[in-house]
Amino acid sequence: MIFLTLGTQLPFDRLVRAVDEWCHARGRDDVFGQIAEPGDAGYRPRHFDWVAHLPPADYGARFAAARLIVAHAGMGSIITAMELGKPIVLMPRRADLAEHRNDHQLATARRFADRPGIHVVPDAAALARTLDRLSDRTGPAPHAVSPFADPRLIEALRSLIRPPRG
Amino acid sequence: MQGNSATGCRVLCVASAGGHWVQLQRLRPAWDGCAVTYVTTRAGYEAQVAADAAARGQPAPRIRVVTEASRWQKLKLLRQLAELALILLRTRPQVVVTTGAAPGYFALLLGRRLGARTIWVDSIANAAELSASGARARRHADLWLTQWEHLATPDGPAYAGAVL
Repeated sequence: MIFLTLGTQLPFDRLVRAVDEWCHARGRDDVFGQIAEPGDAGYRPRHFDWVAHLPPADYGARFAAARLIVAHAGMGSIITAMELGKPIVLMPRRADLAEHRNDHQLATARRFADRPGIHVVPDAAALARTLDRLSDRTGPAPHAVSPFADPRLIEALRSLIRPPRG
Repeated sequence: MQGNSATGCRVLCVASAGGHWVQLQRLRPAWDGCAVTYVTTRAGYEAQVAADAAARGQPAPRIRVVTEASRWQKLKLLRQLAELALILLRTRPQVVVTTGAAPGYFALLLGRRLGARTIWVDSIANAAELSASGARARRHADLWLTQWEHLATPDGPAYAGAVL
């Protein structure tokens, strides 16, 4: 199963349409999407099953069951993929296309593009090529990262939360 | 367990649902042993939080849900502020920790006034510049952190590592 997720806030028609067209062109029936609220004028996929929102437990189950994740470049999607050791294809939202209020997702995608299992695509054509390459790939999944932050950061917080007594 | 209010360790941990919440969860060993109340903007995280606490031998945290609001929804923001004020008055945390965004800013502002120590960890999504709420949080934060070394300055924010 391929799990498409756009986070909780904003629709992202360019990505949803690209995945829908790929499903149609390749005859895929193994995609499930969490695509936020498309609204009256928004794009509604016709070639894969989707919901606007998922409760956290269902989101976690879909994520864990998927072999490949397709997502916007949101930190929730990226971190969850890294924690679960799932390959993830990221399409960053662009402010000039009114996909977000600024271009922080482009910066995020650049910063994380070289991590194992993370594949950044700028547009629909690159997405289709990447899905062709990854969707049926077998072999080892990316190494799952620790569920915890950098110990230095945790210690910095802890020193303020529980100051040493004496 | 050693962690309870008697040890001076009552912590309020705040994050909007989604990416901010995922980042907050990666910091959780920092408040191990403390009496923890989580605040977020969407219901449904309770089971995951309870299961993790049980698996790691931690006291069961409480979790409160406040109104979700974007920065342009003034009425919802006011409601969120009022809900957080009530939570802070009831829990009287000694420390407030947040990864953002709006509810974290409000919790820091209110927590500071109630005498709590306050920690802002700016989202790792802000790799090009600090978030708007992070910039505003500066004067309410005892510990004011960015997760990107190139954004740290001698006058703050400081860099002490990242969630990833």
